Amino acid sequence: MCNKLGGVHVPDGFLDPATSVATGALAAGTVALALRKAREELDDRTAPLAGLTAAFVFAGQMMNFPLPGLPVSGHLIGAVLTAVLVGPWTAVLCMTVVLLVQAALFADGGITALGTNVTLMALLAVVVGYGVFRGLAALLPRTRTGVLAATGIAAFLSVPVAALSFVGLFAIGGSVDLPLGTVAAAMTGVHLLIGLGEAAITVAVVGAVLAVRPDLVHGAARLRTATPLAGRPTGAATVLR
Amino acid sequence: MTRRGRTLWLAGLVAALLVAGFLSWYASGSPDGLEHAAEEAGFAHTAEDSVTAGSPLADYLVDGEENRLSAGAAGVIGVVVTLALAGGLTLVLRRRGSSADRS
Repeated sequence: MCNKLGGVHVPDGFLDPATSVATGALAAGTVALALRKAREELDDRTAPLAGLTAAFVFAGQMMNFPLPGLPVSGHLIGAVLTAVLVGPWTAVLCMTVVLLVQAALFADGGITALGTNVTLMALLAVVVGYGVFRGLAALLPRTRTGVLAATGIAAFLSVPVAALSFVGLFAIGGSVDLPLGTVAAAMTGVHLLIGLGEAAITVAVVGAVLAVRPDLVHGAARLRTATPLAGRPTGAATVLR
Repeated sequence: MTRRGRTLWLAGLVAALLVAGFLSWYASGSPDGLEHAAEEAGFAHTAEDSVTAGSPLADYLVDGEENRLSAGAAGVIGVVVTLALAGGLTLVLRRRGSSADRS
């Protein structure tokens, strides 16, 4: 038993100052835009869920799970979980709050690396993850299973997306001059495995909320206009709104 | 919030507090994906201590005490602070009175 939580987050020192300033500017611009756009996603019904989701993601990120057969652990990012539950712009804000609290209070993730961590986990993981989710949800049947399948695949992909984005940043402004392939090879394998954990947790949580309050799930809005779900004769999904 | 909404919200909060305040003690202590990759690729040594490394809550412990109570308290504080900040922000940003099922 050990509680030595290093945190997956990028520490200070991995990237040079110029790259950190650039990701900081990108992060600040994204948050400024999200502060405007999130208003469209938030109302009296959804705002309380958004705050709770951020708190849940904070907790989930503490729960490092072991990878089978490897001396490595992984933990939830929560970007797709948050985006599917409360909307992508609100997810940018929730994820940023989580990363800010971790860096400021818990020394998890560097302060000069905060912009990098926001760019990776609150911007790219959300935007790419939610984009994949929407694309798949449009192709898959408009059922709970369809929504959950799209959620799981998007959550899985969001982890290698964040990991490979870090590899890209390291190629531009890494602390050590290493061949891109070396860093990419070290990052990819473990993060594909961590992605499976991300998908499992995300599907479990989104599935639980869909079961009780499908009307609260931002990414399941299309279910509400669909015919009542099979096996749910009360038509809960259609009447709640 | 409707009764069902309130139940869901409270269940979520209890789950978050339970994970952060209790279960996290049993989390894996192995290096995480990035730490492992940094060691493997050879840049782990370039990590610097955060300026907040001296924070009383650094490393998810209260005053660095490695025990259940300290770790649990740190987790609970984190959940409460995150909830207050993210919840406060989203409540301020929300479109008021736009919901049909307030109660």
